[in-house]
This record gives sequence, C-alpha cells and structure tokens, in this order.
Amino acid sequence: MTEPLLSVRDLVVEFPTRRGTLRAIDKVSFDIAEGEVLGMVGESGAGKSITGSAIIGLIEPPGRIAGGEIWLRGHRIDNLPREKLRRIRGKRIGMVFQDPLTSLNPLYTVADQLIETIRTHIDVGEKEARRRAIALLDRVGIPAAARRIDDYPHHFSGGMRQRVVIALALCAEPELVIADEPTTALDVSVQAQIIDVLKEICAERGASVMLITHDMGVIAETADRVAVLYAGRLAEIGPVRDVIKHAEHPYTAGLMGSIPTLTQTSKRLVQIPGSMPRLNAIPPGCAFNPRCEQAFERCRTERPEPLARGGGRQVACWLYDRAEARHD
Amino acid sequence: MTDVLLKVEGLTRYFDVSKPWLNRVIERSEKQFLTATADVSFEIRRGETFALVGESGSGKSTIAKMIVGLLEPSAGRIDFDGQEMNFHSDAAMRTLRRRFQMIFQDPFASLNPRWRVGDIIAEPIRTFGLLRGPAVMREVGRLLDVVGLSASDVGKFPHEFSGGQRQRIAIARALSSRPEFIVCDEPTSALDVSVQAQILNLMRDLQDEFGLTYLLISHDLSVVRHMSNRIGVLYLGRLVEQADGKKLFTEPQHPYSRMLLDAVPDLELSGRRRRQVEGEIPNPINPPPGCAFHPRCPLAFDRCRVELPQPVPTPGGQAACFALKPGG
Repeated sequence: MTEPLLSVRDLVVEFPTRRGTLRAIDKVSFDIAEGEVLGMVGESGAGKSITGSAIIGLIEPPGRIAGGEIWLRGHRIDNLPREKLRRIRGKRIGMVFQDPLTSLNPLYTVADQLIETIRTHIDVGEKEARRRAIALLDRVGIPAAARRIDDYPHHFSGGMRQRVVIALALCAEPELVIADEPTTALDVSVQAQIIDVLKEICAERGASVMLITHDMGVIAETADRVAVLYAGRLAEIGPVRDVIKHAEHPYTAGLMGSIPTLTQTSKRLVQIPGSMPRLNAIPPGCAFNPRCEQAFERCRTERPEPLARGGGRQVACWLYDRAEARHD
Repeated sequence: MTDVLLKVEGLTRYFDVSKPWLNRVIERSEKQFLTATADVSFEIRRGETFALVGESGSGKSTIAKMIVGLLEPSAGRIDFDGQEMNFHSDAAMRTLRRRFQMIFQDPFASLNPRWRVGDIIAEPIRTFGLLRGPAVMREVGRLLDVVGLSASDVGKFPHEFSGGQRQRIAIARALSSRPEFIVCDEPTSALDVSVQAQILNLMRDLQDEFGLTYLLISHDLSVVRHMSNRIGVLYLGRLVEQADGKKLFTEPQHPYSRMLLDAVPDLELSGRRRRQVEGEIPNPINPPPGCAFHPRCPLAFDRCRVELPQPVPTPGGQAACFALKPGG
C-alpha cells in the first residue's frame, strides 16, 4: 500500500478556558490518499473546522494541539516551527474558506493577490506569474479573465468571488486543498457550479481535497470517502456510498434519516432526540449514548474506539464489537 | 366562510436605492429603484402549506414582510379571510395581526436576550388582552409543553437554550396569540439537519393539531417538498411557476424550476449527471428586459428577450414561460 498524502493520528485539540479545558477534538485519526476527496461532515460544534485549522496550523490561541501527530507525505508537520509551517501553508496545502468576502483583501486587486501568492511560493517573474494567474482564472470559469483580473473583489458576485478564492488556493499548485464549507454562503444553483469547478480542477492537478461541510448532499456528489464527526470524535469513516446507503453508526443513520430528500415518500422525518452535547458536558462512555436508542450499559461507561469493519470502513460503536455480538 | 384564507394580487414592492439627493444633483443621475417583488399573485387555502422558493434576491422575504404587515406594498392588494388589509388603519391592522404570526430565520436574533422566556411568550397574550392574571403564565407553561420544552423553563433566558430550543420558543410565541396563519421565513436554515428534522416534524404536528395555515419560505427544495401542498417558484421578484407540491418535482414546467431541481445535490447516488447550471442571478436594479431568466435559459428565443411572459395554465398549476404551450 502506498503512503497516504496526509495522515492524522490521534489528534487532540484543546481550548483552555476559565472553567476548565475543553476538548474540541478528541483522538481523531484519518488518512487522505493521493488524489482523494475526503468529506468531513458533522453538525455545528462537531469539530470539522477545527480539524482543518489544526492541519494547517491555524488554531487560534489559546487553543492548541494537545496531542497526536499530523504527517504530510511522511513528514511530521504539527510540530514545525512557525516559519517552516508558513511555507507549507499555501504552497503545499491550499485553503478555501466559507465566506469569499473575508478571505480576499478588499484593498488589493485580484491580480495583486494572485501574483503575490504565486511569487511567494514559486520562483517566477512578474510577467509569468500574471500569465499563470490569468490562465487559472480562466480555468475556474471567470469570463474575460484577462480583463477582470485587474478588478477588486467587490466587483465580483459571490459565486465569482469563490472562484477567485479557489484560484488563489490552487495557484501555488498544492498537493492538498482544505475546503471549509466552500458553498455554504452561496445559492444552490451557484453551489453546483462551484462544487463542479473545485472537483474538476483538483482532479486535473492531482490534488487531494478535504471537504468540510454540513451538507450531506454535497458530500454525496463530491467525496470518495466520508468521515462523520460527533462531539469532536470520529463516529464513522468509510467510502461515501457505504456510509450514505448503509450507515452503521446510529448517529450517522439518524442523521441520514433526518435529511428531507427530493424522492422520499414518508410523512415524518427520522428524529434524533436532543441535541449535541456542549464540550463541557460530554457524557462518559460514547458521546452519543444519551441520544442513542440502541445504547446499552457498556456505552455509558466505556468509550468505543473506531472498529475496522472491512472495505476501509471504521465505526466507533459497541454494537459492532465482536465481544458484544457473542452476548446476544 | 371562504376556502381561501389569504389572497395576494399583483403584489409589488419597490425600494428606493438612489444615491443621496446632493450626489444625484451633482452627478446628474436619475433616481434608482430596486424591484424586490413584481406583480405576484397567489392564494393560500385554509389548512394548507404554501411554499415560496427562490434564491437570494428573489423577493421571498419581502413578500413575507408585506403579508404580515411589516412592509407596505407599492402596489397590489392582500386579502386575509376575505378582508383587504388596510395598511393605513392601525386599528384594522391590530385586529388582523392577532390572527397571523411569523417565525423568523435566526432564533438568536429574534428573541430579546434580556427577556425571560416566559415574558417573551406572554407578550402577545398580554398585548392582545387574551388572558389575565395567573392564567397567562398557565397558558405559557402549556405552550412550552406543546412545543416540547418544559413549563419550568419560563424563568430562563434565551442564551440558556440551543438553537433548536430557541426556535421552539419562537414557535411558542407565534402560537400564543392563537393565530390561524403563520408565516415561516426560513425557519430551519440556521439549524443543523438533525435539529431541523425536529422542528419540521413539530411544525407538522402543530398544523394537524391547531389547523394552522403556513406560508413557508425557503431556499431548500427538499424542505419545501417535505412540507408543502403547493409551491410558488420566485425568480427576481416574479412568480415564474406555481404548482402542486409533488407535481413541481415530477414535472417541473418552467426552465428555472428545472434548473433549480437539477442543482440540488443528489443524496441517492443515482449517478444522475445533472445539467450544468449556467450563470448567476442578475442584478435586480437592472434586470434583463423581457423574461428575467432569458440570459440563463437554454430554451430562450427572440420573444423572451423583449416581451414579459404571462402565466399560462400547466397540469399542476401555472407557469410564466413562452416555451410552454398553454395547457401543457
């Protein structure tokens, strides 16, 4: 087996507060293979974005990585000095954030921002950088790119701005793109366009993608594998088709049932009682046990670790533990 | 008693978006108007859920605000239970207002953070003089029970609740004046999917229990499909199609409706290759002449570019498009 592009091992992210330390990410492990699109879903507060920020070393202090390791192509990156990490960020890992308005500098033209980024990471001259920037804008679908490159961000619509951000994330030819809710601020018709652009252009360049979103539909259309997070822990990870069609973790199953679809016929949606626990009140045992209909004694006391289920799938649930099966 | 509870005819609203007077004089520019809603007509029958869908800027929320009397229409009329709404008579509006209520999108902004939950819910009861003395708080407790919270929550403040619970409080407040009609403006857009399912199920239960009529405003087609009997599709302030709930999804008539449906991410993993969605919503200050959708429409021909299409009957309702033959 080839080495994964990105490997996250037992990642722990903590935020010290006056009332004690909050664990936003609690021992999360996953890999992203070369050229793969890994979807990361979960509800607000599940730790999706924090995971992304941890990988690129952008966790806001006082938050910190309190444990675990992050490896990029066999090199450990979570303990690098700031200056070294800065060179990886942008060059080897590109980022697309949710709100295109805040990720572009309103005082510089798109050309300034693209050319600066290209020249920071790649050794080319001004002219060549500009030529590359125009080609890239053209590729992400901005009409009349050669003329529009000298416009300011406010001249572009929301969808076009997000295309510019994608161009910016890709201009240094990164190996991995972390896209954090790239379409959440956009309308559905534009969302479809942006997802297509992101998917195509990354496939073209062989870049892997970590797609963070709360929208299962976007994951279903885009990702190869999906990781489901709950209260900072990995609930389930596996190939998209398996997880969506045959969810094994009770949380994933509930989540899938609660999404209204365009074809379903039942009148009521599946309802998971309650809501996700706050970080300072995560129950002992499995974090999902108070909301889980299938919870039993062990779930309340012992935390389930991800169990391999074959086919590259892992589920953190005691229901699938062999020892439990024997009891039945 | 009429079957139709709310009738909207030729509803139009402009907003003055001109530059300040002095700038206009100096720059010799004209006054500018943004047409948020143009000539919208529909009927909502008692006990049904009518949904308005559209992307941002399509005028959904403007229509909602006019119907509940928060905005005055520039032209057109609104009849509630056979009685025309008179925006100039406070007394007439006041008696009408008790009979309809509104649920807003953001439960973090729609509840006063300095008020206790009990007072928030009791305010409509007191304002309309429905009950007096200790009966008010008994009613508040009952309402909290109805929406799935507990009567002991009256003394708490909104910040002590999660997003989903706050939306339940907003629903309890909307129910407290015993309305017949509730306008729900994106009631679940700010919530996570599992919580969204709880709120949608609750809204359905309440509709059955109290015989409520809903106007549901949403950009999420799957939510709309799940909840509504009839649907109106808005594009740039105009109603482009109206259809029975299921018909819109099985046989969309207007090219815009088809495009919207195509853009919804596919959870079924059917491998359906959706048609590439073209372009973005034009600027509503300078909408294209003729049919506003023609620059993005795959079926557009010469007539669409000059003449505004009028609604023609279709199997499931009506649609405004020249490419359709009357009667389907």
